[in-house]
Amino acid sequence: MKQYVFDGSWIGLLTAVFEWFERRDGTVQLIHERYYQPEVFDTALVIRSHQEKAIRVTKGLYKYLNSAQCRTLYCTFLSEIPRCYDVLMQVLIRIFSGQPDALNNYGDAQALFIAQTAKSVEREKHRMKAFIRFEKSGDGLFFATAEPDFNVLPLITEFFRKRYADQPWLIYDVKRKYGLHFDTQKVSEVIIDTTVILPDLNTIAGTRYDEDELKYKTLWQQYFSSTNITARKNMKLHLQHVPKRYWKHLTEKQYALQNL
Amino acid sequence: MNDRVQEKLAILADAAKYDVSCSSSGSKRENKGGLGNASRSGICHSYTEDGRCVSLLKILLTNHCIYDCAFCVSRKTNDVKRAAFTVEEVVDLTMNFYRRNYIEGLFLSSGIFKNADYTMERLLRIVKKLRLEENYNGYIHLKTIPGASEELVKEAGRYADRMSINLEMPTEQGLKMVAPDKSHEDVKKPLAWVNNQILEYKQDRKLIKSTPGFVPAGQSTQMVVGATPENDLQIMHTAAHYYKTFSLKRIYYSGYIPISADNRLPAIDSQPPLLREHRLYQTDWLMRFYGFKVDEILNNHHPSLDAEIDPKFSWALRHLDLFPIDLNKVSYGMLIRVPGVGRQSAQKIIEARKFGKLYIHQLKKIGVAYNRAKYFIRCADTPFELGHLQSHQIRSLVLSESSSKFLKTSSSQLSLF
Repeated sequence: MKQYVFDGSWIGLLTAVFEWFERRDGTVQLIHERYYQPEVFDTALVIRSHQEKAIRVTKGLYKYLNSAQCRTLYCTFLSEIPRCYDVLMQVLIRIFSGQPDALNNYGDAQALFIAQTAKSVEREKHRMKAFIRFEKSGDGLFFATAEPDFNVLPLITEFFRKRYADQPWLIYDVKRKYGLHFDTQKVSEVIIDTTVILPDLNTIAGTRYDEDELKYKTLWQQYFSSTNITARKNMKLHLQHVPKRYWKHLTEKQYALQNL
Repeated sequence: MNDRVQEKLAILADAAKYDVSCSSSGSKRENKGGLGNASRSGICHSYTEDGRCVSLLKILLTNHCIYDCAFCVSRKTNDVKRAAFTVEEVVDLTMNFYRRNYIEGLFLSSGIFKNADYTMERLLRIVKKLRLEENYNGYIHLKTIPGASEELVKEAGRYADRMSINLEMPTEQGLKMVAPDKSHEDVKKPLAWVNNQILEYKQDRKLIKSTPGFVPAGQSTQMVVGATPENDLQIMHTAAHYYKTFSLKRIYYSGYIPISADNRLPAIDSQPPLLREHRLYQTDWLMRFYGFKVDEILNNHHPSLDAEIDPKFSWALRHLDLFPIDLNKVSYGMLIRVPGVGRQSAQKIIEARKFGKLYIHQLKKIGVAYNRAKYFIRCADTPFELGHLQSHQIRSLVLSESSSKFLKTSSSQLSLF
């Protein structure tokens, strides 16, 4: 089977679809270059991401799909699950080959995979809207770190820009090593250069935080414990809603973490 | 000074937590250059160890109260610490919690001090300060104080996203038993004022687009369950009536948590009726989203919900003559009446069957709880069976295969071999 190897970008994926229709290569498999291992009998085509080609595929897509369906595809892509790229390409090829409603065929394994993966990604996006906890630094910046399961930062940009329009903020994805910074005018993508050693905000207590930060953290922790009804304690449900992997970024769970 | 605020927060959050309303959905207030907006679907920012969501900063302005309702922690004769926030303290907490993305907004209630209007006026002052001075556009859920004047209630509605006032007990008799000073009439009046005003604003909005919003997320109420002797039939008929008459968005059912040694109420060490509460919510959902009439689930022959099985399953067992149905043919309305088929599965089935008949393995993948559903459906490869199972047989088959999350220990016997 022929293999297409791409750079893992959304544009690259769309370019791959374009190339397939140029070549009519029959059955192919799309692989992220990160997971590619050359095989003896298979041939590989390296896809070079091409903006124009990707735009043409996008325009074509909007002829067949509504914006909610396009979003489903993009969300599936953001899941970064190794096999998602190949499934997306197969389904895109089907959509352009006379099956414009292929995404609705929930009896089909690929269509169902896309629907379910997109749902997981949307769930993670919603969690990030909920679980991001800003800390105010001495210079007035509200900053937060997160480690979402999927690459959902592109999906929450607008939400935070609209909601926190009058305060500068920074959300940093520790796992993927990039962040979003809002300067009260526009949002831009930032990368923190870790080769320059910065003093750790946590080690020099208080000096780099806003002077009231600790006060509001304490008040929030107080509220969180006071609003709990002990007679109804249900840790199973609690953990289902707030899985442990999110605790380290949640202000209200710091106490519980220290006492694990 | 901080310690004082922290102590107040501890007291007034603790006193407010028995109001279970938590939702932050339904409003689409936009941010006009200041802080915050509403999220249409609502956001639960955290969950306490009891598994309930924390989306709003839920506090009382004060727990001083002139009333003596037996079921309430803040009742006059209860020996608890009393506290009161200042207007500034509430505003400061709300703004700073919101800025850190701790909360989706403010839920503000209060014990009644001096009189109803005096209290309502204080609540209104906080809400106005947030909206007009702080440029805050996040969610606000405001309690209507029973007995407050129409003018104050209507003015509050211009700034709040949701308003609510609690029925407390499901029937007038029940309420009189534990709170002789209160009546359902005091609840109905403000519910009607706000509801009429919402409808009026909607009319105006049709003509003039710029009409400002009025309680955009609607109204809700709460009933305490298990404190007084009402049965499920009475509770859900009251609910259905209030949903219809006042177009309520939500009714909350709060399992009574014993907090008082009063002999009119359940003893202090009794367990809160969590399972019953769960079944009531399931019924509520069936009424609002699954097209069930309250009479279909609860009527004089069946005045109580079955604790062991969910109300939809229970309904289906009483109507075996309607089943089995062919999943590849029936309408959406009938699909969602099948036990084990939810709304999302039903929608997927409707789409998927356009591409060909559905098989059992596909249903399972789509998300149908097949172990329960299989007794009520036919699909492409349903095995042919002679004769029909009786409802008690289906019931015990399903129960033997599943274990309720409400059972602390499994009741099934160990097998010998």
